[in-house]
Amino acid sequence: MTGFVDINNVTHAYGGDGGVVAVDKLSLSIAQGEFAAVVGPSGCGKSTLMKLVTGLQIPRAGSITVGGSTVRGPLKIAGMAFQAPNLLPWRRTLENILLALELVQPHRSRLRSEREAYVAKVETLLSQVGLKGLGAKFPWELSGGMQQRASLCRALIHEPQLLMLDEPFGALDSFTREELWCVIRDLHAARPVTIILVTHDLREAAFLADRIFCMSVRPGRIIAERRVTFPRPRNLDVIYTAEFTRIVHDLRQQIATARQAA
Amino acid sequence: MSSNAQRKAIAAAPYVFTIAFFALWEAACRYFKVPPFFLPAPSVIGQAFIDYWWQLMFHSFHTLWMTMVGFGIAVLFGILLGILLGASRIANAGTQPLLVGFNAIPKVAVVPILILWFGVGWIPPVLTAFLISFFPIVVNVATGLSTIEPELEDVMKALGARKWDIMVKIGIPRSLPYLFAALKVAITLAYVGSVIAESNASRYGIGNLITRASADFNVPLVFAALIALAILGVIIFAATVELERRTTGWAHRSQR
Repeated sequence: MTGFVDINNVTHAYGGDGGVVAVDKLSLSIAQGEFAAVVGPSGCGKSTLMKLVTGLQIPRAGSITVGGSTVRGPLKIAGMAFQAPNLLPWRRTLENILLALELVQPHRSRLRSEREAYVAKVETLLSQVGLKGLGAKFPWELSGGMQQRASLCRALIHEPQLLMLDEPFGALDSFTREELWCVIRDLHAARPVTIILVTHDLREAAFLADRIFCMSVRPGRIIAERRVTFPRPRNLDVIYTAEFTRIVHDLRQQIATARQAA
Repeated sequence: MSSNAQRKAIAAAPYVFTIAFFALWEAACRYFKVPPFFLPAPSVIGQAFIDYWWQLMFHSFHTLWMTMVGFGIAVLFGILLGILLGASRIANAGTQPLLVGFNAIPKVAVVPILILWFGVGWIPPVLTAFLISFFPIVVNVATGLSTIEPELEDVMKALGARKWDIMVKIGIPRSLPYLFAALKVAITLAYVGSVIAESNASRYGIGNLITRASADFNVPLVFAALIALAILGVIIFAATVELERRTTGWAHRSQR
């Protein structure tokens, strides 16, 4: 396999021998610039998959390569966003986003001398996600949706080649969620970034992704793979087409079968 | 009540309650004709304040000085030990029984040992203030550091953060509200510590003044000394709260 992210026959378990097997003989390959979604019932090892790809966990068996090199520790070319925005309440929004640059090389050593350029870059990104001029606000002065947008900015500011999203919209209301789908769609269209989205929202997966991987319950395996071929840029109206409903319905059935089998 | 009037009432409340307390005390002493060597009325204590002004000032400042030095060492030591315990689970588990056991020892019992080791002077009050006040600081700093959200740690690690980065950028700012909660407890404890030691092992300080005044049966002076202590305690507590408000306002935003 020669994708940007290659997962070869990976098995991972927590808690020593005889511990819980989270994923079992998992294989998948994602091309550069592709938008992949991983869906599955809760407890299928989706979050484990995230940790394995970003090198926060090292697999018990099998191998993972990202960008041609084997993952042996935390990746430097990845950005992450989770269900909770995890912004630091003592930093303003702008400073929260700069946090990523304070850590990642080469920005880390340049930040002090080229601060103005970096701040301008953050401002640009803020306006791209609809937070124009809100950099001086503290996170707790922003709504949940705005905090999540800021969290996306923090994940993207160091221009990662890989963006990992773990249920990033799970805690939002459905209108805000749809707004943020469009934000992600536009961010993906504007830059050459590979995105892996972990979600249990099938409509979200079908609207955003080029390819959807269905996982079974623990131990997690890929049980189905769907290509979504709607042309881009996709409009929210696509959700109401018969073809979209067919894809979502099909995915739902795959997962229902997987749950029954468990 | 309109919110503006209520805010004014809340601002005035501490003064009103304090004045009412002393007025009630004064009235009770006069009404029941309580002898001044049993419970002096505030007016009698006030007279003692005027009569012994310089003594009270001198000894108060001595006590303040002892307390601040002991408290300062406790803050420094408490933060360092707290960081160690917050960062290392082995150190945390290992030192738990020692720390808790040590904290359970009444510090009054330690003062004679300190006198034995260091003699009468400034060291026993400073050390007692330190010993009595460092425990809450250690515990709270360690708690603040060991309760960082795991997702936040993942975000940091995925950005290439080392343990030190996580400590400096997340752990320490995040544990500041915990630290201040501890400081407010510790500063008043430090006072207790230095006064206990002064009454046994020093020739200066409010503790010593109280010991001598009660030996002379000068009850109004004893009470004046106690009130001087209380005033100092309130001032230092208020200073800590103000520092807290300036540095960790983000943690108290709901009270604005």
